[in-house]
Amino acid sequence: MSSSVDTQARGFLTSLSDTLWRKPGLLVFLLILPPALWLGIIYLGSLFALLAQSFFSIDEFTGIIQYELTFKTYAELFRPSNFDIIIRTVVMSAAVTIAAAIIGFPVAYYAARYARGKWKALFYLGVMMPLWSSYLVKVYSWKLILAKEGILNWLFETLHLGWLLNAYLSIPIIGGNSLSVSATGTFLVFLYVWLPFMILPVQAALERVPQSMLEASGDLGAHPAQTFRHVLLPLALPGVIAGSIFTFSLTLGDYIIPQIVGSSRRFIGQAVYAYQGTAGNIPLAAAFAVVPILLMAVYLWIAKRQGAFDAL
Amino acid sequence: MTSAIGFSGVSRHYGDVKAVDNLNLDIAEGEFFAMLGPSGSGKTTSLRLIAGFERPTAGEIRIFGQVAQGIPPYKRNVNTVFQDYALFPHLNVRDNVAYGLMIAGTPKRQRQKSADEALGMVALGGYGDRKPSELSGGQRQRVALARALVNKPKALLLDEPLGALDLKLREQMQEELKTLQRSLGITFIFVTHDQGEALSMADRVAVFNNGQIVQIGAPEDIYYRPKTPFVADFVGSSNVLPPEFMNGLVGKSSYGAVRPEAVRLAEQGQSALVRSVSFLGAATRVTMDIGNVPMTMLMPKGAAVPKAGETVTVDWAAEDLHVMAPA
Repeated sequence: MSSSVDTQARGFLTSLSDTLWRKPGLLVFLLILPPALWLGIIYLGSLFALLAQSFFSIDEFTGIIQYELTFKTYAELFRPSNFDIIIRTVVMSAAVTIAAAIIGFPVAYYAARYARGKWKALFYLGVMMPLWSSYLVKVYSWKLILAKEGILNWLFETLHLGWLLNAYLSIPIIGGNSLSVSATGTFLVFLYVWLPFMILPVQAALERVPQSMLEASGDLGAHPAQTFRHVLLPLALPGVIAGSIFTFSLTLGDYIIPQIVGSSRRFIGQAVYAYQGTAGNIPLAAAFAVVPILLMAVYLWIAKRQGAFDAL
Repeated sequence: MTSAIGFSGVSRHYGDVKAVDNLNLDIAEGEFFAMLGPSGSGKTTSLRLIAGFERPTAGEIRIFGQVAQGIPPYKRNVNTVFQDYALFPHLNVRDNVAYGLMIAGTPKRQRQKSADEALGMVALGGYGDRKPSELSGGQRQRVALARALVNKPKALLLDEPLGALDLKLREQMQEELKTLQRSLGITFIFVTHDQGEALSMADRVAVFNNGQIVQIGAPEDIYYRPKTPFVADFVGSSNVLPPEFMNGLVGKSSYGAVRPEAVRLAEQGQSALVRSVSFLGAATRVTMDIGNVPMTMLMPKGAAVPKAGETVTVDWAAEDLHVMAPA
């Protein structure tokens, strides 16, 4: 005679959860199925459709897309006018990322190690609040701040430092007629808009470093600068890398900020926008869109080689 | 005997909280010194004051004759074994141990050799290439020990280093620490809340309570001749006898203490009501009441054990009754 510890038979939901409890694999499968479909078909599918486009080319006379596999479109990326766009974008992304790390680290450090209670709440509010308002509104308000009639210019004039600003603006490449139409202006707005994406991961990484670890370093003879170099920075590095992935890739792909604030020189995002729109050159737009993906892959590979994720 | 660490009138107050209050202390060179007390009694703060992680709000600390005021932790000739070990997770075990030497500028090959020797000393030779996360708690504890000792400190500070280990490992490490201290001959200052640990390892024990040292002395002194009811109760759970009871017993109005193992069943003596009986393995613990005074008796294996609710007569040898100084 078989005996059972299960004393009662119950309804459908109970037997369903009993089944799932007995087969944990089935539960995981059911949970993962919808996001996997979304990720596989809609998300990655569109990406591969884009990738595929980049291997086609456009007929220069008729403007019709020729559906034959070719690297012709990629070769076009290396034409000086196009390659300049790539270089410009990469330099801008790198500059924004480095500046965001330099500015963001002390802020994150303060928040992680010193801010408590009310001050911590204030920190989160201060960092997150800019993310709540529209991105366009922020960019336009920066245009007003940086314009020739703007508050920054006024401040320099009031302090009798107008000559300094003018001298700076006369420098080629980074200067311009006013800050709002210079590469410096574009840089400042990028830095402002993406800074929270650097601060938050760095703060999270620093928060996980126990106080005793810093004390141990000091105890073993390291002065604060050495503790920073040998303990704090390596342990915070995964956070800095995470933050830099955001700032770097967001700058690489953005096309609105340089359009509103900056010189007429184009960035990758603007090139993609122009080629897929008015120019109707989808293959070249797709080829441009592949550039940031490749750059990020190379960047992460180097970061891993350098041991940036060892502390994870 | 030269002084390793000296505290004179040292206080560490946090606002109204007196973590350490007017502490006077002299630790001799080469001594195994234990700071014993319940949590929040100021023992860890005292250790942190020596290491330099905390600054005294009053008083003076001397480390090997030198006034420590204003000297940061990284310039002090002492090393600490932290309660949570604080091993660097991004470095392997060898680089963890070699950290202090690396900071001191020792060439790479030499410091790695020293680190491997130090690891051998704590029986972890061959573990140098592992990450701390791949080690067990006891192994991490040894790495932390090696990391501190490789710098040849004049004093080693240990902050509850055995607290996270299981009983068996803890007893083994107690032995090893003691042996290590003897062979190295350096001053060990050991913070613990475990009275057995303090008594078995230390040359001298300071019992802390409420930011002050209530008694300082050799383990036997602390154990057999507690100065206050707190020490009697905290160190080895003596039976504390109140002054009224002692008055009737010896005609002197002060606290007394009797160790549980000194209490025995007798023909004549105090009549006691047994409340509970617990079997401990090597002995049996009987808790009872003599009037309104609670009393614990430890009975050796094989003795006839009374039952709860019974009334028994207990007594102890006159020399086992310790009379404290009048409060």
